[in-house]
Amino acid sequence: MKKLLILSLIVAVIASCGGGNSDYADKNDNKAINTGVPPDAVAPAYDPNRGEGKFKNVEVGNTLNTAMATGGEKVYSVKCSGCHKLTDEKLVGPGWTGVSSRHKPEWIMNFITNTDEMITKDPKAQAQLEICLVRMPNQNLSDDDARNLYEFMRKNDGVK
Amino acid sequence: MKIIKSNAVFIIAIVSLLNFNACKPKNAGSAVSGDAAAKSYVAPGKYDEYYNFVSGGFSGQMSVYGLPSGRLLKVVPIFSVNPENGWGYSEETKPMLNTSHGFIPWDDQHHLDLSQTNGEIDGRWIFANANNTPRVARVDLSTFHTAEIIELPNSAGNHSSPFITENTEYVVAGTRFSVPPDDMNGDVPINTYKENFKGTISFISVDKTNGNMDIAFQLQCPAVNFDLSHAGKGVSSGWFFFSCYNTEQANTLLEVNASKRDKDFIMAINWKQAAELIKAGKGRKQAVKYASNRYDEKKHTATSTIKTEVTVIDVKDFPGLVYFIPCPKSPHGCDVNPTGEYIVGSGKLAALIPVFSFDKIQKAIAAKAFEGEYEGIPVIKYEAALYGEVKKPGLGPLHTEFDDKGNAYTTMFVSSEVVKWNVKDLKVLDRVPTYYSPGHLMVPGGDTKKPTGKYLVAYNKITKDRFLPTGPELAQSAQLFDISGDKMQLILDYPTIGEPHYAQGVLASVIRDKSVKFFKIENNSHPYVSKGEGGAKVVREGNKVHVYMTAIRSHLTPDNIEGIKLGDEVYFHVTNIEQDWDVPHGFAIKGAATGELLIMPGETTTLKWVPDRVGIVPFYCTDFCSALHQEMSGYARVSPALSNVPLSFSTGTNQPKADSIPVK
Repeated sequence: MKKLLILSLIVAVIASCGGGNSDYADKNDNKAINTGVPPDAVAPAYDPNRGEGKFKNVEVGNTLNTAMATGGEKVYSVKCSGCHKLTDEKLVGPGWTGVSSRHKPEWIMNFITNTDEMITKDPKAQAQLEICLVRMPNQNLSDDDARNLYEFMRKNDGVK
Repeated sequence: MKIIKSNAVFIIAIVSLLNFNACKPKNAGSAVSGDAAAKSYVAPGKYDEYYNFVSGGFSGQMSVYGLPSGRLLKVVPIFSVNPENGWGYSEETKPMLNTSHGFIPWDDQHHLDLSQTNGEIDGRWIFANANNTPRVARVDLSTFHTAEIIELPNSAGNHSSPFITENTEYVVAGTRFSVPPDDMNGDVPINTYKENFKGTISFISVDKTNGNMDIAFQLQCPAVNFDLSHAGKGVSSGWFFFSCYNTEQANTLLEVNASKRDKDFIMAINWKQAAELIKAGKGRKQAVKYASNRYDEKKHTATSTIKTEVTVIDVKDFPGLVYFIPCPKSPHGCDVNPTGEYIVGSGKLAALIPVFSFDKIQKAIAAKAFEGEYEGIPVIKYEAALYGEVKKPGLGPLHTEFDDKGNAYTTMFVSSEVVKWNVKDLKVLDRVPTYYSPGHLMVPGGDTKKPTGKYLVAYNKITKDRFLPTGPELAQSAQLFDISGDKMQLILDYPTIGEPHYAQGVLASVIRDKSVKFFKIENNSHPYVSKGEGGAKVVREGNKVHVYMTAIRSHLTPDNIEGIKLGDEVYFHVTNIEQDWDVPHGFAIKGAATGELLIMPGETTTLKWVPDRVGIVPFYCTDFCSALHQEMSGYARVSPALSNVPLSFSTGTNQPKADSIPVK
């Protein structure tokens, strides 16, 4: 019985990752899409500036960390460049110009590592989905990959 | 499971079952009792408790079901080409089906064995035999992908295979057809069977770390037909048992001529001794030719190597290595109970089941209790090896498995039933009809040291009226029984692919959590990988054009290709650069006689295309991937052989010239 319980728990967790099938997510979806409520009016548990995921407080230097940016560029070329241009032109997803000032680093790093949950919950991600119509794939980035990518976005936005 | 009982679906199912019973009291439905639906019901979104691996018979593949629902989860291609996922069509997988006879697109897959550690299923690999052109395959259970196929020389009809030893040290392969050895001139009269034919048993070693298989040695045995086998375990560790028929050594009308003797044999091999002989340098190096095909998971590519030598031991030269035990009437199953003490021979033409004792066999050998020799091999006296006989079990016993309570279950082909009996006192405890004529049966872990005791599946050879008719060709039926109580209870029928022979089952938890979700693009070392769209390109090498293409939701790069000429061979090396679970992409191009592709996330797969006419040829993704899947497509331009259209490729830039857009 214990095994069964664990099994059903696992199933429940997996099922909840499928997206759109928990009450909570559905309610949030409606709010975000239908009423256009500003980000800070969404359920208090959710911080729309930080997003949902493991990154709570990302330390960013005043100047660019070139080594990290170079690492980020490598990841970009393999896993991101198929859909995102470095200009402001939309390809499959939005172009990256200005992305590092549009969002907090925590939001970006949570979004690119916890993609499914963020698309389901986050008003800004949902608004993008309405424009792009393709759910951004989770490209299974490591924590370092995510941080390096953010640094590369900063470089792309002119941080020296 | 109690929660499920409250489900409305359950009640409806019960009502309909009761109705069915009421209308046709003498139909097979009467064998189904009230709570059968609840016992096999797995609610939507819930997982099954067991994986069930079922041989695909003449389809050459292996199917994977969930139990107790009987839901088909996957067909794993092994010995036959498979259009669903490009097995045998892509350039990377073609070498897997290579043999010393060349590429073979279709074989006959009979038996399966899950790898074991200390006699228990460890969930690493499952082995499969090809019965026609003798081969053994290893399927990796983290990817459910065939990782290796090895061909067997000196063999014909690899039936007695791929049974393994307790720690997966060896996989065996016993030839069904005895034939002249490969290095002998085989151009001999067929009726010189007794002089010129030999029966070969192969011992294939399995590398503990990576699973790689090699033929460690072969045993040259008297010419008979080897049918099935099982390794000893526990007390009989170090021995292997093979059922033999056609000890008459007939070469024509076997139906009559191989059924004359009252008893054939179980052959007992001391395989540890054989391994020591090999270590000591014994045996003859024989020139042969066989293929060893391995799939490299990082290169996503198979390589086929032709090997040219095996070491062969003639068993009659080494006393103590092999013994024959008389066994009634053409034995099929040769099954060893969980403790390893009892060996059950199922004589398919017999009306009893002999149970041999390992302890008695050893004492008989020590006391030389032999009734004579067969082709130089000692034959132990029947009574000296026999523990006892199960009397009047039914007609046509074929195969036996065991539960965790000391019971055995045997299929009766002729009388169409499963019979439960106690291994200690050999008394028949229960019998249930099957629909119809079961071959093999399966209890999860039922041929290991640790059997389970909840479910049994009978794999029937004849289906007839069990399912809606589908013309002359019917799916074969499997039947699931609850064996947790004293009486066996039929709870589900489900159709299978091909003809299921041997099957295996294991608790889902042994395999489920190891399942690979995607291949890491960083680890992809395919020579034609494109790591990101920056790596996409088109390269001409003489008349070969290599397209390094990427696929991601939802476009292909490049999607406009020009400069291909008639006479070119075009290779589409498609890399799926997605890094998430369940996002395969497909690839198809009009007129490709070589098939299509299905590419898993992080994988690179190649389709060869030889254009046969000048023109514009569309290509597209065949696996629905996103809302913009229909847009995931492109064009190739094929020009005449002497054309000077330059080679070019692009995505998103090859737009119409401004002045060429028609004005309304």
